[in-house]
Amino acid sequence: MSVVKADWQEGFLAGDTRALARAISAAENEPEVVHSFLQEHSGRLGRAHVVGITGPPGAGKSTLTGQLAVTLVARGYSVGLLLVDPSSPFTGGAILGDRLRLPDLAQGSSSQIYVRSLSSRGSMGGLSRATADAIKLLDAFGKDIIIVETVGTGQSETDIISVADSVVVLAVPGLGDDIQAMKAGILEIADLFVVNKADRDGADKTERELLSMLKLQASSSGWTIPVIKTVAIRNEGIADLADQLLAHYEFLQTSGLLLEVRTARVKSELNELLQLRLTQEFQKVVGAARYEEYTQQIVSGNISPYEAVNQLWQEFVSEIKRSASS
Amino acid sequence: MEKKIRVLIAKPGLDGHDRGAKVIARALRDAGMEVIYTGLRRTPEQIVTAAIQEDVDAVGLSCLSGAHNHLFPRVVELLRERQADDIVVIGGGVIPDADIPGLKEAGVKEIFTPGTSTEDVVAFLKTHVGR
Ligand SMILES: Nc1nc2c(ncn2[C@@H]2O[C@H](COP(=O)(O)OP(=O)(O)OP(=O)(O)O)[C@@H](O)[C@H]2O)c(=O)[nH]1
Ligand SMILES: [Mg+2]
Repeated sequence: MSVVKADWQEGFLAGDTRALARAISAAENEPEVVHSFLQEHSGRLGRAHVVGITGPPGAGKSTLTGQLAVTLVARGYSVGLLLVDPSSPFTGGAILGDRLRLPDLAQGSSSQIYVRSLSSRGSMGGLSRATADAIKLLDAFGKDIIIVETVGTGQSETDIISVADSVVVLAVPGLGDDIQAMKAGILEIADLFVVNKADRDGADKTERELLSMLKLQASSSGWTIPVIKTVAIRNEGIADLADQLLAHYEFLQTSGLLLEVRTARVKSELNELLQLRLTQEFQKVVGAARYEEYTQQIVSGNISPYEAVNQLWQEFVSEIKRSASS
Repeated sequence: MEKKIRVLIAKPGLDGHDRGAKVIARALRDAGMEVIYTGLRRTPEQIVTAAIQEDVDAVGLSCLSGAHNHLFPRVVELLRERQADDIVVIGGGVIPDADIPGLKEAGVKEIFTPGTSTEDVVAFLKTHVGR
């Protein structure tokens, strides 16, 4: 293990792509190593603009993401793409096909674009812990802009706001009956809307519907959510999208919202890590058998879950005290 | 978490047919592997860049156009140039028996011809990759 670790860390700091790729694998397979690396190099973090792209299956997210990356690179930015695909829940295997849709330039012809396909590995369509770490690694590696593609399945897209500074939500003409059918949640998380496949009938109607919905939703932040029409396969509207994205980041910085958003993010990450740690410690100290016993007690109605938690907590605390004094 | 075998499946060359590649991709997925499918008409340069960026353990090349004698060794060579020759390269498609020894000599680890069952490919990868 330590050999593998030394393997990528030096190369990573020297800007070697293979080492970056190895580091992201490590985020999936041995996260502790990555966490201590990131901790050691925390000064490299927080510089990248993180963009989330979400929307229904087949809306053109990968095509658009690839075109956007090429456009941004042409403007002098270095870009990292994370293409997140839900994995097959039974075998744990996955076919990650998002890369297929990238334009030639994003396929590996430009050294300024790094592309990584990730399966969400069992986290039920949401973003995995590894995705958040991969974002940090790309940030530490020095990428200016990191774009994360996730499929909007109705439950996972809210995860994207916990990692992205700017969220782009894709809609397509004729999707379902109308935009009203889109989940309320997905509308609330958008900083920018894109109506992709604008070469198809109904794009104007979709655009109008989005605009009128946005009018109902008072903007308290001072940012006016734009609706941008694109034809990703023909690279139309992508420059406009790039302009608006950069403008949004500028807005976040000048308004002070960026700091606010990132503070909130740190807080929820801290919470999450703490909960994880607590659960692990709890299971270690109290033991799986006691959990099972309490579960049975609750099922058979001998005890309420609240009382069970009280008793488990007592056991935990006294066990901790005992081991501290011995 | 358990390390999953990652495989890049690519079709270099100009033929526009990828049914075989998709069958293999599904078989590998069903065997618990992560398969990155990059589609048709990729250049060896694109394939190698993708393999490195994706940190795969193996690259599966499929070629029906007859250009395998040029394309497969080119991928191996580029991987070597970029110090990534620990990535296992295997090939498949319409490949005459007479070409196989030359391809293996060039560094292609194994060639699977149309008669091969997908289980053979799965078994081969399970024994030849893994860190
Ligand atoms: N007509 C039209 N087709 C498009 C456009 N953009 C993408 N497509 C096509 O839509 C299909 C899906 O594109 P992808 O980029 O794979 O869409 P996606 O949202 O990433 O798909 P998933 O990741 O599978 O959810 C492909 O056949 C694209 O060629 C567009 O602007 N117009
Ligand atoms: Mg996609």
